[in-house]
Amino acid sequence: MKRILINRIVQFLVILLIASFLLFAVTEFSPGNVAAKILGPYALDSQVRMLTGRLHLDDPLLTRYLRWLATLTGLLPNQLGGDATGLGLTDPRGAQYFGNFGFSLMQGRPIVDVLADRFAHTVTLAVWAIGLTIPISLALGVLAGTTAGSWIDRTITVITVTLTSLPEFVVSVALIFVFSASLGWLPGTSPLAQGDRWSEASQLVLPVAVLVIASSAYVTRIVRSSVVDTLARPFVRTARLKGLSPLRVTFFHVLRNALIAPITVILLQINWILTGVVVVEAIFAYPGIGRLMLEAALFGDLYLIQALTLISLTVAIATQFLGDLAYVLLDPRIRVA
Amino acid sequence: MMTPLAGTAKHDRHRKRARRLGRILFRSGSVSVALNILLFWAVVAVAAPLLSPYDPTTIDFTASLDPSPSAAHWLGTDATGRDLLSRIIWGARTTFLVVPLSVLSAFAVGGVAGMVSAWFGGWTDTIIGRAGDVMLAFPALIVYIILITSFGPSMWNIVLAVTLAYAPGVARLMRAQVLSIKSLEYVLAARAAGEGPLYIMFVEILPNVGTPLIVDLCLRTGYAVILVGTLGFLGLGLPPPTPDWGGMVVEGVNLLTLYPHISLFPAAAVTSVVIACNLLADGLRGLRR
Repeated sequence: MKRILINRIVQFLVILLIASFLLFAVTEFSPGNVAAKILGPYALDSQVRMLTGRLHLDDPLLTRYLRWLATLTGLLPNQLGGDATGLGLTDPRGAQYFGNFGFSLMQGRPIVDVLADRFAHTVTLAVWAIGLTIPISLALGVLAGTTAGSWIDRTITVITVTLTSLPEFVVSVALIFVFSASLGWLPGTSPLAQGDRWSEASQLVLPVAVLVIASSAYVTRIVRSSVVDTLARPFVRTARLKGLSPLRVTFFHVLRNALIAPITVILLQINWILTGVVVVEAIFAYPGIGRLMLEAALFGDLYLIQALTLISLTVAIATQFLGDLAYVLLDPRIRVA
Repeated sequence: MMTPLAGTAKHDRHRKRARRLGRILFRSGSVSVALNILLFWAVVAVAAPLLSPYDPTTIDFTASLDPSPSAAHWLGTDATGRDLLSRIIWGARTTFLVVPLSVLSAFAVGGVAGMVSAWFGGWTDTIIGRAGDVMLAFPALIVYIILITSFGPSMWNIVLAVTLAYAPGVARLMRAQVLSIKSLEYVLAARAAGEGPLYIMFVEILPNVGTPLIVDLCLRTGYAVILVGTLGFLGLGLPPPTPDWGGMVVEGVNLLTLYPHISLFPAAAVTSVVIACNLLADGLRGLRR
């Protein structure tokens, strides 16, 4: 068990390292491009050359990657800030600290500050989305699975199959059309600004609803098929023949075994929500890191893109790791072996 | 398989399979609906210049005063007065060019990687498997955002992003399929006859990997349609004058109260294609049994 755990942690770190290298290699592919991105479209060739020299952008890719990693972890100072480059970028924390992603070129501020403003908003959105997705999809999936073939099952299946086919942006537009544009019950945008006539809670309803609809339909289907598979296994028949009540069989015998597969899927769903968050935040003008990522991509804000994609990759790899771990912990056959 | 009756048994099995395929394709309601939807959009995409009543970028100023559907513009116009029907027709072209290219490229790369991985095993298998593990962590949207930082938005970067994001999954599936076929008699026979690995992989194994990959192809095509629509919607897709469905939806979002058709018609177009792909995948799953 311990060996599996250590093995997985090493694997997690290695994958994260390789992924971060790929991310760095592609975004800082050409040194001239990096300097030009920092200086903006009106930079002179001589300025680009000077900055390239000052930041040592001509070094081999691997050297630059290691320096980037060292700066990020606080081992080396960030060269971009201070008066030396004349870009007017200053960081009150100094040039050397853990998590130093550099500066947002779009906002001219340290990335840590830019993220701090937005991070909590996205966490709120994601926590609500996941917190609602899990109970809803478990309830619907178990209901459909235990009544397989009945009209309840067929109704749930038809609805979930349809909903998994709908892109998030279509769901968003449809919900805005019905609840905001037609009925006027809810706001169509969620900027969370001070003094808005809509309360903050009401602004969260539609964005959360889109994420829940998009992911719970899929998870419901997984739970359903897992419950159906488990119900057909011999130990369930034994439990029934022992004379246990159907509810007891469902909750104590079936669920324990039927939920192993869906837990991995639920954790992977966090990755889906990650992509969904970008879409939903963009549509509802929600001030989180998803919209920040879109703004950064449209602006070409190099360091902000690096920071945000690295954070999402870390979340993605970490959830895969946790899913793997949950699988190991829940299944005694793997746990013991 | 080596019995004297092998020929007839095989023949019988083929006939049964063909009959089942026929039943699924033509009797099963959902599959024929799906095929019809896809065929419809494919024809629309190919014949766009013949079918579209207007040029998709021409602006009709009188119509822009009231973009609602009318006799001149059957589906109305968008906010700037461009004919919505023509834009949806030309938008089909964008979708039906980018999506198949991306998905086929992902299947070519992933398929070859999975096949090589299963066939050679050992170190090759380990390296390809680990590379796949790393790539699986990258959601397609993130890959695309990373790519455009250095290379700018273009159709080829969408194709590349989809290939990088979907190929690992395809490779895993292909690897599992090939492993299950690898030790069957006809492959051993080909090996014994001295055929090279390339010949065996492409001529003997590839035609037999079968239904799970086709089902996966349909599902991934649906995802790719969603992705391409999403990129257009976010403004990260192809440059503005090119009509694409996702971009058309976003153009109408602010006018949902007054003129919902501007967003809802292209949204319906995207959705119909995705639903068709998923229905097809669902129907074809029946082939396995």
